[in-house]
Amino acid sequence: MEYLLAFVVGGLFCVVGQLLFDLTSWTPGHVLTAFTVAGGLLGGVGWYDKLIEFAGAGASLPISSFGNALVNGAMSEAAANGVIGVLTGMFELTSTGVTAAIIFGFLAAVVFSPRG
Amino acid sequence: MSRNLKEKFQLSAKEYQDMVQQKKPRPPLLKNMVVAFVSGGLICLLGQLVLNFFIGMGFTTQEASNPTVAFFIFLGALATGLGVFDKIAHHTGAGTAIPVTGFANSITSAALEFKREGFVAGVGSKMFLLAGSVIVFGVMTALVIGLISAVI
Amino acid sequence: MNSSRIGNHTIKIESPAYLSYSGVVAGPKEGLGPLTGDYDGVKEDLEMGEKSFEKSERRLMEDACSIALSKGNLGKGDIDYFIAGDLLNQITVSGFCALEHPVPFLGIYGACANLTQGLGLGAMFIAGGYGSRVLVATSSHNCSAERQYRYPTEYGFQKPGWAQWTVTGAGAAVITSEVKAPRITTVTWGEAVDSGIKDASSLGSAMAPAAAAAMLFHFQELQIDPQYYDLIVTGDLGQYGMQLARELMERRNYQLQGNYTDCGTLIYYPHQQVGAGGSGCASSALVTLGNIYRRLNEGELNKVLVVATGALHSPTSCFQGDSIPAVAHAVSIENE
Repeated sequence: MEYLLAFVVGGLFCVVGQLLFDLTSWTPGHVLTAFTVAGGLLGGVGWYDKLIEFAGAGASLPISSFGNALVNGAMSEAAANGVIGVLTGMFELTSTGVTAAIIFGFLAAVVFSPRG
Repeated sequence: MSRNLKEKFQLSAKEYQDMVQQKKPRPPLLKNMVVAFVSGGLICLLGQLVLNFFIGMGFTTQEASNPTVAFFIFLGALATGLGVFDKIAHHTGAGTAIPVTGFANSITSAALEFKREGFVAGVGSKMFLLAGSVIVFGVMTALVIGLISAVI
Repeated sequence: MNSSRIGNHTIKIESPAYLSYSGVVAGPKEGLGPLTGDYDGVKEDLEMGEKSFEKSERRLMEDACSIALSKGNLGKGDIDYFIAGDLLNQITVSGFCALEHPVPFLGIYGACANLTQGLGLGAMFIAGGYGSRVLVATSSHNCSAERQYRYPTEYGFQKPGWAQWTVTGAGAAVITSEVKAPRITTVTWGEAVDSGIKDASSLGSAMAPAAAAAMLFHFQELQIDPQYYDLIVTGDLGQYGMQLARELMERRNYQLQGNYTDCGTLIYYPHQQVGAGGSGCASSALVTLGNIYRRLNEGELNKVLVVATGALHSPTSCFQGDSIPAVAHAVSIENE
């Protein structure tokens, strides 16, 4: 059941993205940024975490969860340590993603070349 | 600005724009949506399997998302390096762009491309050409919401 | 004076400027297309043994130049001028290729209209008595163009169906005053035209008004109609841009019918998935200096009008919200 939910919810996120690609003149960068901001806003009101509980990877894999994670990090640290927590806590949950992206991107550049 | 257009062909910019829109082929919307749904859904399905695998290895649900995301970033980077990601994405569109694989592809493709200009001036400086705005606006959103939550 | 100016845009090249030799080299995808028999060389891959796509494009242009010169038993310095242009920033492909030729170098930029801009200038230099041999070259490479204008080549994004595919290839022509061949008879210099289009994936529609304007000047000033030519080609308007150009001409009562086509629609087979068709400097060059040139030499065609079209935008101008200006130059090539 959780696999079906992951499939369907994840698929729906992508459908929204596809509609934006096909029906607007937004660049992929604009669309992904919009998803991230949306994920952050939904995270701010607590809905995104509920969506992750409901759909698992269907909600945690789309890029919108990156926005949610940034917001969660900022909010939880702010709750513990006040306003400065917004700065210190932001990358707590997203550290893995950004670090992995840099490392694997860099290693790929060392090993591979663009093929066109 | 569209003086030439009006002078020579008695068309306003808007009228020409309409002519252009008429000629443009419609994107195969239904097909694209279905393919995006299925391919994106499959990636997330695989993600759920990977997540459960890590939970099985002793991570909590919260903790398991870290290696899961790292795994998919690795996958996206590898597919990009092997030159297959763009060929797949040509068909799958948002199905591969929206999950974190798309994020990995944007960073890796930029790193690969600008390798020609060296590792510092190329790879290092231009790696975030496409992914940068995701990070920047994610941070700005978290700043605003974080500040609001700290003040409330 | 050996040529005359007609109206504000057209120059009649009255003393001979022959398109004496040509050299055409294509990339692998182009080599699999319908015009492959008319290319002097086809590269096996996009890297062409070089360390970057920019260097590969230089290889293309240098090879096309060598082939054109060798057909006339000419050395690299046996020309009076080298006129060349490409799509890359600061036209570095042309600049580096010019290092091979110890003669005056004039770099030009008309984007994908480089071919006719170069041929027109070369013809005027010859007819004006400023030299007797001019080498003209232009090139484009799919990856070097994508990298500069759009996205890294491995980036996974979907191109819309009306987008075009930058042609990988290079064309070179030696224009002489003496070696008889199809002649460049007129040049109609186009004006920069703003179509109001802002979408850089829709360049065909951005350039169609410029192409139509150049053709309009040509027909009006020479007082001829499209039927005068055996063949009229635009450089790279693509499938949809072509229809737009046709409609625009009809509004001014000029019918572009069976003798009109677009180079970008001729280079690839439909199954090669190139959207609306080929684009880039090589689009007009591969077709004009390959297929069309052969048919002129064989007498299958006797009067051809080539209208290469260029979009004068940059990624920066597009991001700043500007629309895409375009220019087109028309050159007529006729058998004596």
